[in-house]
Amino acid sequence: MNKNRLRRTMMFAPGNNPSMIQDAHIYGADSIMMDLEDSVALAQKDAARLLVYNALKSCNYGNTELVVRVNPLSTPYGMQDIEAVVRAGVHVVRMPKTETAQDVVECDEQITRVERECGREVGSTLIMAAIESALGVVNAYAIATASPRMMGIALGAEDYSANLKTNRSKEGIELLLARQTIVVAARAAGIDALDTVFSDLNDMEGFANEIKLIKQLGFDGKSVINPRQIPIVHNIFAPESQQIEKSLNIIRAMQEATAKGSGVISLKGKMIDRPVLLRAQRTIDLAIASGIISKDELYGYEVENNG
Amino acid sequence: MDKQQEIKNVAQSLNMKPYKKGWNSATHDRSYVPRIELQTQSSKLVDLETAIMKSGLKDGMTISFHHHFREGDKIINMVVDKLAQMGYRDLQLASSSLSDVHAPLIKHIQNGVITRIQTSGLRGELADAISHGLMDNPVIFRSHGGRAAAIENGELHIDVAFLGASSCDYLGNANGYSRSGREKSICGSLGYAKVDAENADKVIILTDNIVTYPNVPVTISEGDVDYIVLVDEVGDASKISSGAIRDTKNPHDILLAETAAKVVEHSGYFYDGFSLQTGSGGASLAVTKYLREAMITKNIKARYALGGITSHMVKLHEEGLIDKLLDVQSFDLVAATSLKNNRFHQQISASTYANPFENGSAINWLDVVILSALEVDTEFNVNVLTGSNGVIRGAIGGHPDTAAGAALSIVVVPLIRGRIPCVVDKVTTLITTGDCVDVVVTDQGVAVNPARPEIEQRLRKAKLPIMSIQELKDKAESVIGKPDSLVFGEKIVGVVTSRDGAVLDTIHQIIDEQI
Repeated sequence: MNKNRLRRTMMFAPGNNPSMIQDAHIYGADSIMMDLEDSVALAQKDAARLLVYNALKSCNYGNTELVVRVNPLSTPYGMQDIEAVVRAGVHVVRMPKTETAQDVVECDEQITRVERECGREVGSTLIMAAIESALGVVNAYAIATASPRMMGIALGAEDYSANLKTNRSKEGIELLLARQTIVVAARAAGIDALDTVFSDLNDMEGFANEIKLIKQLGFDGKSVINPRQIPIVHNIFAPESQQIEKSLNIIRAMQEATAKGSGVISLKGKMIDRPVLLRAQRTIDLAIASGIISKDELYGYEVENNG
Repeated sequence: MDKQQEIKNVAQSLNMKPYKKGWNSATHDRSYVPRIELQTQSSKLVDLETAIMKSGLKDGMTISFHHHFREGDKIINMVVDKLAQMGYRDLQLASSSLSDVHAPLIKHIQNGVITRIQTSGLRGELADAISHGLMDNPVIFRSHGGRAAAIENGELHIDVAFLGASSCDYLGNANGYSRSGREKSICGSLGYAKVDAENADKVIILTDNIVTYPNVPVTISEGDVDYIVLVDEVGDASKISSGAIRDTKNPHDILLAETAAKVVEHSGYFYDGFSLQTGSGGASLAVTKYLREAMITKNIKARYALGGITSHMVKLHEEGLIDKLLDVQSFDLVAATSLKNNRFHQQISASTYANPFENGSAINWLDVVILSALEVDTEFNVNVLTGSNGVIRGAIGGHPDTAAGAALSIVVVPLIRGRIPCVVDKVTTLITTGDCVDVVVTDQGVAVNPARPEIEQRLRKAKLPIMSIQELKDKAESVIGKPDSLVFGEKIVGVVTSRDGAVLDTIHQIIDEQI
């Protein structure tokens, strides 16, 4: 499993909807998240689990990252969900309503057990945790670092704002602290930060504004609920040409340094720090994913982080 | 010689007659009645029963109708009810198409009034009953171009045409709209009906809106019209045409439309002055919207758009992106209104549109056509008529005509509909032959007919997701498996003709599986 990859968009698909599950990847989302939790009625839990299990086993989703949101372990369904999806080879288990590091540890233990039982490499299943309460926000860093499986943390804004005793506004002022806390915790832990869904499909302008905001805050991407939202996110996350050019120069300088066997990378007489290099790599990954440049244009550059 | 004698002699030598006061008895009498009043006394205006009797219709003859009123049509049921009541039997019904609303024909087939049908399509209960063996004679399916040709060359002889119109003047000039503003419904073009009007032995116009002469510009001309019948309503206005075709919000359709627009853009046929047509179906109709952006960016204008005209097309026409519209059928109210108001939105007959034997048919001057499908097979053959359950549920329309006529034909189809694969080994019913299908666009990849390697090369260069048709079929099967084959009976319920009138395929009675 690739922990470091682009996650600009994670598209939700209800786990009990076969037609949405079977081709959820065709709209170009970086990740698809099949849901066994809130979008599935209690009476449908078993059917959805079976469907998602078979979809993971038999459908070819190409390079798309496959995430399943399981029910909490505190419910009668959580354990069965983990059993099914880990066996089916899911890339990432998404935990809902995560409040403490202990929640992650328990989930990790169960995943480890199932991996052993089914002969899957231990540690190959990643975890991401959705933080949906004040307690979860307070514990964000502890959650982010609770397991080596952790690949990201995400904000679940509906439950969170209810927990805060407020409601969601268009501007999202009530989410600011949570968003910033999650980005900071994710960065400190070296994992991804993903923003909450935007549910008004008739307000594409509001959606675009929110993407600009969360990109500026430092998020890696956003959960989306409809394919129509995907190109909007990808366009806003697409780097500008000047930025790409600069990044390409940095990468080429690195390639030259490597070729010379030199550990020090310099560009136009200035030394390149590691953070600058990492940012340049991410820009190039984004540019490739956005179709602005092709891999062929990067002589010798390995696209390590993409897929 | 006196003048009178001279006139007599000259008339005789020229085999003419000398003038006599009051003229020949067949000549129209002079009248001093104000003409606005006089026209209301038109002898063509009769009730339906009189019109039928006077038309000379006999048992065993062929009657025809058009489908411009779509699901709102009340003409066919009304006329056949009347014919049944008058005791007619063994009639052949030749409509340009039939739909859900024509289910009442089932009883007239059972009681022997209608014994043969020719149409472009069948839907709903009628289609279901026919698929299950309702009729003794198979339905003859013709494309729009094929039907026009068959009528013109006499293969399909129409004895009496019953043609609904949104307006007609007292002399028989009929249109799919009117300038009186009092029409109850507006369908726009009467392109399919035009062929019937020009070729049927007798023509009866049925309208709910008689207007004063002259109802110009004229679609069906008074010279072709024998009788005019005033009816309460020709149909349900809201189902004949309403509003603009709505932008599809179905993500599959949007993805298909965007991909198809990219295919057009990079096909080599996207040049300033190109021509295009889009077929029915959410995805193919939506292509116009996405093509518009590329047209603006690349400063490309279309010379004409053809076929079923939609609000999308009208928008581009009014923006100056499409020079002219050739309209055989107006798909929505915006298109119908544009036909009435826009000078270069031209109505054309089905023959001018798609007659396979005429070089001048508009389809032959098309660069690009974008069509939909129920199924495509690995030979690029297309089925638009029978569903995956073997039941008739569609219409040939202009599919094979435009695919054959255009320089580039693109078929858009989802790889999978629900649990049904749309790319298959062999289509259930062959409608458009694979040699006329150049590109198949699905939501999971694009396949180019091996006969068009130059197009494949261009599309690959543009980074479109090119796959072989076989790969697409395998992909569909890998998700949903291979469906069991259908169980058909011996009885042939439908005959599909090719656009030149040959027998292309047969449709057998479907046997419902016993569960």
